Amino acid sequence: MTTKTRKLSLKQRGMMSFETQMWIFTRLSALAMYALILFALIGALVMGARYQMNLADVMRWAFMPNVSHVQSTNIPDLAPWMTIFWKLVAIALLLVATAHGVHGLVVIADDYIASERGRKIVRFISMVMMASMSLMGAYIIWTS
Amino acid sequence: MGLKRDVSLAAGLRYRGPAGYLTFILHRIGGLGMGIFITMHILASFFGGRFGGTLNGIYEHWAFQVFIYFCVLFHAINGLRITILDLWPKLLDYQTEAIWIEWAVFIPLYLIAVYVIVRVGAGG
Repeated sequence: MTTKTRKLSLKQRGMMSFETQMWIFTRLSALAMYALILFALIGALVMGARYQMNLADVMRWAFMPNVSHVQSTNIPDLAPWMTIFWKLVAIALLLVATAHGVHGLVVIADDYIASERGRKIVRFISMVMMASMSLMGAYIIWTS
Repeated sequence: MGLKRDVSLAAGLRYRGPAGYLTFILHRIGGLGMGIFITMHILASFFGGRFGGTLNGIYEHWAFQVFIYFCVLFHAINGLRITILDLWPKLLDYQTEAIWIEWAVFIPLYLIAVYVIVRVGAGG
Protein backbone atom coordinates (compact mmCIF):
# COMPACT_ATOMS: atom_id res chain seq x y z
CA MET A 1 0.00 0.00 0.00
CA THR A 2 2.62 2.54 1.03
CA THR A 3 4.89 1.96 -1.98
CA LYS A 4 1.89 2.32 -4.27
CA THR A 5 0.88 5.63 -2.69
CA ARG A 6 4.39 7.04 -2.97
CA LYS A 7 4.38 6.62 -6.75
CA LEU A 8 1.40 8.95 -7.16
CA SER A 9 2.06 12.54 -8.18
CA LEU A 10 1.28 15.39 -5.81
CA LYS A 11 -1.91 16.16 -7.69
CA GLN A 12 -3.10 12.54 -7.63
CA ARG A 13 -2.37 12.34 -3.91
CA GLY A 14 -4.68 15.27 -3.32
CA MET A 15 -1.80 17.52 -2.27
CA MET A 16 -3.29 20.38 -4.23
CA SER A 17 -6.45 20.70 -2.13
CA PHE A 18 -6.92 23.83 -0.06
CA GLU A 19 -6.87 21.93 3.24
CA THR A 20 -3.56 20.23 2.41
CA GLN A 21 -1.99 23.48 1.34
CA MET A 22 -3.06 25.13 4.59
CA TRP A 23 -1.69 22.10 6.47
CA ILE A 24 1.73 22.55 4.90
CA PHE A 25 1.49 26.34 5.30
CA THR A 26 0.96 25.93 9.05
CA ARG A 27 4.20 23.91 9.34
CA LEU A 28 6.25 26.17 7.08
CA SER A 29 5.01 29.37 8.75
CA ALA A 30 6.00 27.88 12.12
CA LEU A 31 9.52 27.38 10.78
CA ALA A 32 9.48 30.92 9.37
CA MET A 33 8.54 32.32 12.78
CA TYR A 34 11.39 30.37 14.38
CA ALA A 35 13.76 31.85 11.79
CA LEU A 36 12.49 35.42 12.30
CA ILE A 37 12.66 35.17 16.11
CA LEU A 38 16.20 33.76 15.94
CA PHE A 39 17.14 36.52 13.51
CA ALA A 40 15.80 39.24 15.83
CA LEU A 41 17.62 37.60 18.76
CA ILE A 42 20.94 37.60 16.91
CA GLY A 43 20.30 41.17 15.76
CA ALA A 44 19.73 42.29 19.35
CA LEU A 45 23.00 40.67 20.46
CA VAL A 46 24.87 42.38 17.60
CA MET A 47 23.33 45.77 18.49
CA GLY A 48 24.57 45.65 22.09
CA ALA A 49 22.08 43.57 24.06
CA ARG A 50 24.85 41.53 25.67
CA TYR A 51 25.72 44.27 28.19
CA GLN A 52 22.68 46.53 28.15
CA MET A 53 19.64 44.24 28.32
CA ASN A 54 18.47 41.39 30.54
CA LEU A 55 17.09 38.08 29.24
CA ALA A 56 13.43 39.11 29.55
CA ASP A 57 14.05 42.30 27.52
CA VAL A 58 15.93 40.37 24.83
CA MET A 59 13.11 37.83 24.55
CA ARG A 60 10.56 40.65 24.39
CA TRP A 61 12.48 42.14 21.45
CA ALA A 62 12.96 38.73 19.80
CA PHE A 63 9.25 37.87 19.81
CA MET A 64 8.37 41.27 18.33
CA PRO A 65 11.32 43.44 17.15
CA ASN A 66 9.59 46.75 17.81
CA VAL A 67 11.50 49.71 19.27
CA SER A 68 8.96 50.23 22.08
CA HIS A 69 10.12 46.89 23.49
CA VAL A 70 13.64 48.23 24.17
CA GLN A 71 12.72 51.71 25.48
CA SER A 72 12.84 50.60 29.12
CA THR A 73 16.35 49.07 28.88
CA ASN A 74 19.83 50.55 29.32
CA ILE A 75 20.40 50.87 25.55
CA PRO A 76 21.76 54.43 25.11
CA ASP A 77 20.96 54.95 21.41
CA LEU A 78 17.69 53.58 20.02
CA ALA A 79 18.34 54.68 16.41
CA PRO A 80 19.64 51.29 15.13
CA TRP A 81 16.60 49.58 16.73
CA MET A 82 14.01 51.64 14.84
CA THR A 83 15.25 51.40 11.26
CA ILE A 84 12.89 50.59 8.37
CA PHE A 85 14.65 47.23 8.15
CA TRP A 86 13.56 46.19 11.67
CA LYS A 87 10.07 47.57 11.05
CA LEU A 88 9.78 45.35 7.97
CA VAL A 89 11.05 42.34 9.93
CA ALA A 90 8.47 43.05 12.67
CA ILE A 91 5.64 43.42 10.14
CA ALA A 92 6.71 40.17 8.42
CA LEU A 93 6.62 38.37 11.78
CA LEU A 94 3.20 39.89 12.54
CA LEU A 95 1.69 38.87 9.20
CA VAL A 96 3.07 35.31 9.35
CA ALA A 97 1.78 34.98 12.92
CA THR A 98 -1.74 36.23 12.14
CA ALA A 99 -1.99 34.00 9.05
CA HIS A 100 -0.80 31.01 11.12
CA GLY A 101 -3.18 31.92 13.92
CA VAL A 102 -6.30 32.45 11.84
CA HIS A 103 -5.95 29.01 10.31
CA GLY A 104 -5.58 27.56 13.80
CA LEU A 105 -8.84 29.24 14.84
CA VAL A 106 -10.61 27.87 11.75
CA VAL A 107 -9.35 24.33 12.47
CA ILE A 108 -10.53 24.52 16.09
CA ALA A 109 -13.92 25.85 14.98
CA ASP A 110 -14.24 22.99 12.49
CA ASP A 111 -13.51 20.47 15.23
CA TYR A 112 -15.79 21.71 17.97
CA ILE A 113 -18.71 23.51 16.31
CA ALA A 114 -21.21 21.02 14.95
CA SER A 115 -23.55 23.29 12.99
CA GLU A 116 -22.61 24.48 9.52
CA ARG A 117 -23.92 27.96 10.27
CA GLY A 118 -21.94 28.27 13.52
CA ARG A 119 -18.73 27.26 11.76
CA LYS A 120 -19.30 29.85 9.05
CA ILE A 121 -19.91 32.58 11.63
CA VAL A 122 -16.72 31.69 13.56
CA ARG A 123 -14.73 31.52 10.32
CA PHE A 124 -15.97 34.96 9.35
CA ILE A 125 -15.15 36.42 12.79
CA SER A 126 -11.66 34.82 12.64
CA MET A 127 -10.94 36.33 9.23
CA VAL A 128 -12.20 39.79 10.22
CA MET A 129 -10.06 39.57 13.37
CA MET A 130 -7.01 38.52 11.35
CA ALA A 131 -7.41 41.40 8.88
CA SER A 132 -8.02 44.06 11.54
CA MET A 133 -5.20 42.82 13.82
CA SER A 134 -2.78 42.76 10.87
CA LEU A 135 -3.67 46.33 9.87
CA MET A 136 -3.67 47.73 13.42
CA GLY A 137 -0.45 45.91 14.31
CA ALA A 138 1.32 47.03 11.14
CA TYR A 139 0.21 50.62 11.82
CA ILE A 140 1.57 50.47 15.39
CA ILE A 141 4.90 49.01 14.23
CA TRP A 142 5.29 51.52 11.41
CA THR A 143 4.53 54.60 13.52
CA SER A 144 6.41 53.60 16.70
CA MET B 1 -15.92 22.92 3.03
CA GLY B 2 -18.81 20.47 3.05
CA LEU B 3 -17.95 19.05 6.42
CA LYS B 4 -20.62 16.89 8.05
CA ARG B 5 -20.00 16.38 11.75
CA ASP B 6 -22.40 14.86 14.24
CA VAL B 7 -20.11 15.55 17.19
CA SER B 8 -21.17 18.33 19.55
CA LEU B 9 -18.78 20.61 21.41
CA ALA B 10 -19.24 18.69 24.68
CA ALA B 11 -18.55 15.33 22.98
CA GLY B 12 -15.50 16.81 21.27
CA LEU B 13 -14.04 18.01 24.55
CA ARG B 14 -14.69 14.65 26.24
CA TYR B 15 -12.61 12.81 23.59
CA ARG B 16 -9.57 11.02 24.99
CA GLY B 17 -7.22 9.54 22.41
CA PRO B 18 -4.02 7.50 22.88
CA ALA B 19 -0.52 8.96 23.43
CA GLY B 20 -0.14 12.57 22.49
CA TYR B 21 -3.67 13.62 23.44
CA LEU B 22 -2.42 15.87 26.24
CA THR B 23 0.01 17.69 23.93
CA PHE B 24 -2.77 17.97 21.33
CA ILE B 25 -5.21 19.73 23.66
CA LEU B 26 -2.49 21.86 25.33
CA HIS B 27 -1.36 22.99 21.86
CA ARG B 28 -4.88 24.26 21.19
CA ILE B 29 -5.17 25.96 24.58
CA GLY B 30 -1.75 27.55 24.00
CA GLY B 31 -2.70 28.80 20.56
CA LEU B 32 -5.97 30.28 21.80
CA GLY B 33 -4.20 31.86 24.79
CA MET B 34 -1.68 33.55 22.50
CA GLY B 35 -4.48 34.75 20.22
CA ILE B 36 -6.21 36.36 23.21
CA PHE B 37 -2.97 37.95 24.47
CA ILE B 38 -1.89 39.33 21.08
CA THR B 39 -5.37 40.72 20.41
CA MET B 40 -5.37 42.46 23.80
CA HIS B 41 -1.85 43.79 23.30
CA ILE B 42 -2.59 45.21 19.82
CA LEU B 43 -5.86 46.79 21.00
CA ALA B 44 -4.12 48.32 24.04
CA SER B 45 -1.27 49.74 21.92
CA PHE B 46 -3.62 50.99 19.21
CA PHE B 47 -6.22 52.76 21.36
CA GLY B 48 -4.12 53.63 24.43
CA GLY B 49 -5.74 55.87 27.07
CA ARG B 50 -7.75 54.41 29.94
CA PHE B 51 -8.93 51.44 27.86
CA GLY B 52 -5.34 50.55 26.97
CA GLY B 53 -4.26 51.04 30.56
CA THR B 54 -6.89 48.60 31.82
CA LEU B 55 -5.82 45.95 29.30
CA ASN B 56 -2.15 46.60 30.17
CA GLY B 57 -2.93 45.98 33.82
CA ILE B 58 -4.42 42.58 32.99
CA TYR B 59 -1.56 41.18 30.94
CA GLU B 60 1.19 42.71 33.05
CA HIS B 61 -0.13 40.85 36.11
CA TRP B 62 2.24 38.04 37.13
CA ALA B 63 -0.55 35.41 37.07
CA PHE B 64 -1.37 36.24 33.44
CA GLN B 65 2.35 36.13 32.60
CA VAL B 66 2.67 32.64 34.10
CA PHE B 67 -0.28 31.55 31.92
CA ILE B 68 0.89 33.25 28.72
CA TYR B 69 4.46 31.98 29.12
CA PHE B 70 3.06 28.47 29.34
CA CYS B 71 1.07 29.09 26.12
CA VAL B 72 4.04 30.51 24.19
CA LEU B 73 6.69 28.04 25.34
CA PHE B 74 4.52 24.94 25.03
CA HIS B 75 3.10 25.96 21.64
CA ALA B 76 6.60 26.71 20.34
CA ILE B 77 8.22 23.47 21.54
CA ASN B 78 5.27 21.24 20.66
CA GLY B 79 4.91 22.99 17.30
CA LEU B 80 8.56 22.29 16.52
CA ARG B 81 8.00 18.60 17.29
CA ILE B 82 4.91 18.50 15.04
CA THR B 83 6.73 20.31 12.23
CA ILE B 84 9.81 18.07 12.34
CA LEU B 85 7.79 14.84 12.55
CA ASP B 86 5.37 15.88 9.80
CA LEU B 87 8.04 17.06 7.38
CA TRP B 88 10.15 13.88 7.96
CA PRO B 89 7.38 11.25 8.29
CA LYS B 90 9.86 8.42 8.98
CA LEU B 91 10.41 9.97 12.40
CA LEU B 92 6.73 9.42 13.28
CA ASP B 93 7.73 5.95 14.49
CA TYR B 94 9.42 7.71 17.41
CA GLN B 95 6.51 9.95 18.35
CA THR B 96 6.36 8.77 21.98
CA GLU B 97 10.08 9.35 22.45
CA ALA B 98 9.76 12.77 20.82
CA ILE B 99 7.03 13.71 23.30
CA TRP B 100 9.26 12.65 26.22
CA ILE B 101 12.11 14.80 24.86
CA GLU B 102 9.65 17.65 24.49
CA TRP B 103 8.60 17.46 28.17
CA ALA B 104 12.25 17.16 29.23
CA VAL B 105 12.97 20.46 27.43
CA PHE B 106 9.74 22.22 28.42
CA ILE B 107 9.49 21.51 32.16
CA PRO B 108 12.90 22.90 33.30
CA LEU B 109 12.64 25.98 31.06
CA TYR B 110 9.10 26.69 32.23
CA LEU B 111 9.79 26.19 35.93
CA ILE B 112 12.83 28.48 35.90
CA ALA B 113 10.79 31.21 34.19
CA VAL B 114 7.84 30.77 36.59
CA TYR B 115 10.24 31.08 39.52
CA VAL B 116 11.58 34.37 38.12
CA ILE B 117 8.12 35.74 37.20
CA VAL B 118 6.61 34.94 40.60
CA ARG B 119 9.64 36.29 42.49
CA VAL B 120 9.51 39.58 40.55
CA GLY B 121 5.70 39.64 40.85
CA ALA B 122 5.93 39.21 44.62
CA GLY B 123 8.20 42.28 44.70
CA GLY B 124 11.48 40.49 45.39
